[in-house]
Amino acid sequence: MRRNLSIMTAFLLGAALSGTATLTACAQEEPPNPPMQTWSFAGPFGLYDPQQLQRGFKIYREVCSNCHSLNLLSFRNLADPGGPEFTQAQAAAIAATFQVTDGPNDQGQMFKRPGKISDNFPPPFANEQAARAALGGGLPPDMSDLAKARSYDEGFPWFIIDAFTMYDAQGPDYIHAIINGYVTAPAGFSQPPGTYYNEYFPGHAIKMPPPLHAGQVQYTDGTPETLDQYGRDVAAFLMWASEPKLDERKRLGFQVMIFLIVFTGLLYFTKKKIWHDVERHPELNQPHAS
Amino acid sequence: MSGHPTYQPQSPFMKWMERRLPIGSLVYSSFVAYPTPRNLNYWWTFGGILSFMLLVQIVTGVVLAMHYTPNVNLAFNSVEGIMRDVNYGWLLRYIHATGASFFFAAVYIHIARGMYYGSYKEPREVLWILGVILFLLMVVTGFMGYVLPWGQMSYWAATVITNLFSALPVVGHGIVTWLWGGYAVGNPTLNRFYSLHYLLPFIIAGVVVLHVWALHMVGQNNPTGVEPKTEKDTVAFTPYATVKDAFFVGVFCIVFAYFIFYIPNYLMHSDNYIPANPSQTPTHIVPEWYYLPFYAILRAIPNKLLGVCALGTSIIILAFMPWLDTSPVRSANYRPLFRQFLLILFAVVIGLGYLGSQEPVGGYVIAARLLTAYYFAFFFIILPLLGLLEKPKPLPNSISESVLGKGASAGASGLPPSGGKK
Repeated sequence: MRRNLSIMTAFLLGAALSGTATLTACAQEEPPNPPMQTWSFAGPFGLYDPQQLQRGFKIYREVCSNCHSLNLLSFRNLADPGGPEFTQAQAAAIAATFQVTDGPNDQGQMFKRPGKISDNFPPPFANEQAARAALGGGLPPDMSDLAKARSYDEGFPWFIIDAFTMYDAQGPDYIHAIINGYVTAPAGFSQPPGTYYNEYFPGHAIKMPPPLHAGQVQYTDGTPETLDQYGRDVAAFLMWASEPKLDERKRLGFQVMIFLIVFTGLLYFTKKKIWHDVERHPELNQPHAS
Repeated sequence: MSGHPTYQPQSPFMKWMERRLPIGSLVYSSFVAYPTPRNLNYWWTFGGILSFMLLVQIVTGVVLAMHYTPNVNLAFNSVEGIMRDVNYGWLLRYIHATGASFFFAAVYIHIARGMYYGSYKEPREVLWILGVILFLLMVVTGFMGYVLPWGQMSYWAATVITNLFSALPVVGHGIVTWLWGGYAVGNPTLNRFYSLHYLLPFIIAGVVVLHVWALHMVGQNNPTGVEPKTEKDTVAFTPYATVKDAFFVGVFCIVFAYFIFYIPNYLMHSDNYIPANPSQTPTHIVPEWYYLPFYAILRAIPNKLLGVCALGTSIIILAFMPWLDTSPVRSANYRPLFRQFLLILFAVVIGLGYLGSQEPVGGYVIAARLLTAYYFAFFFIILPLLGLLEKPKPLPNSISESVLGKGASAGASGLPPSGGKK
């Protein structure tokens, strides 16, 4: 009887799963999964590389910031520990190169002034409509949370394996892939006007023109100025922008894990000691009051 | 229950207190001297884990509420402000968001344990029904909490779920407008969800008191399903159950901390880091993982009204288990057929969870219908019939007999020891 039931379970689940298998084939053509990159912030002890974040910030400042806002970040964040770790003076100097709107002044007028370290990054466009009008209808997303707001479906069983490998870099991998994903469209692909073919963009028609090319941004630390490297650096910077407390989280996490493991170990031996008599002499009455 | 040693207040203050408000003896009889079956396994620690999680959620939630702004224009940025500028705000929010998932994981294990060992049966029906009410309250609270960050998934989950009520004939659309406080999900909706999300946990805490009260009235079930008969069958709650619960809360916390510190966004949807946009529907709207089996049942039924009814029934049906199950034997360890069908049910619920996360097309729909059919067949057909058809294995005469071994069991019941493995 038990065997019959096991067979029945297998049949039931098998029927369910084979149904799902045939399905994957007929679903709309999905872009390939972004290739996984090596990230300094991967794993239980992985932290941001401040040099990489500074390079990524340089790309943001020289290229991305022409269209993409970074509304949730302030210039002071550039000097935060666990970030690009510019000095306070450097962060203030960077802030001063941006013009921010302030006011109203004594005459009731809004005015422009150089940015201060306490200011948020000013947006490149006054509002959504201004951005769309300037960019042929497309709206560049705000970049503050971009690395956490983008992902891709790896499917079963990878999403379970991810929990054990601590893989949480879907966003940066996707951003790197998009930057490197501008290839010639395959024959027969009808490209909607005003879009560019991108291998990794869902639907392959992205409104953003290829944003970077090799050698476009000058590195002063000898890092190769390739598109692949640019993609990795700017994606790491955007990961920091969306998850600025990652270093603090992993450092505290290690302390908490050590504490919990030791404490739970002590509780285990306490439990063993208290239950010793109950388990060794089950025929005896146990004391009911301490 | 017999054998309660009475509480003897020691300090002068507690003696004074005892004659005015006997809180000392209440705590003593409920959490110290209270006899618990000696053979409880670790599945029984999830009750304590759930109390712990409720406390964690209330404490982190109250602090988060100090920094959160329930307004459609400010909510998203106030949550980001918590993540970026509040001291340890990222920790509070990740504990609270991951905590919701772990709260649900624990409650599913707790419910599964109750089903496996027949904890819903006489005389524990009220205890069980209070548990179903607690689960319903958790579902509502969790859903409202998910709406508060006002990301894309928050907004669209709120829209999809509240719209389910529009399936009701005549009153449906009126109810939806009333729930929204307008003609679309908007600021009034967010305000009331916030208010209720703050209120409901305290109602949950109140029902937990009733749940524990009912538990202490009837006593705990145990893996044999045989009631304790003598003092040999039980041990005192403190220190035995307390230390065992504390140890397993520790184990639970290690897994919980792993998620909080190393993969805090693993259980979240990336679209919820995009601010809510009523004019842009996400490609796939999916609820949090802990609602996925019910979402799959909802979508498996082609008719919207029937789908909503199936969704409601799939949870409410649990409350009727004490009467749908016709067998007098509690524990699945002594019910070979029931055990098989129940384990299939658990696999089916996990399968439904997976299907709920996928797009409802082609083979997925057929699979979801098959599994949904089994889910309801289990409660409406298999459960009532099994009690009549199944031949249970011989039960031990007492808990201590089952602990002492099979030799005693065979001698006492006059039957050869059953060869079944556990």
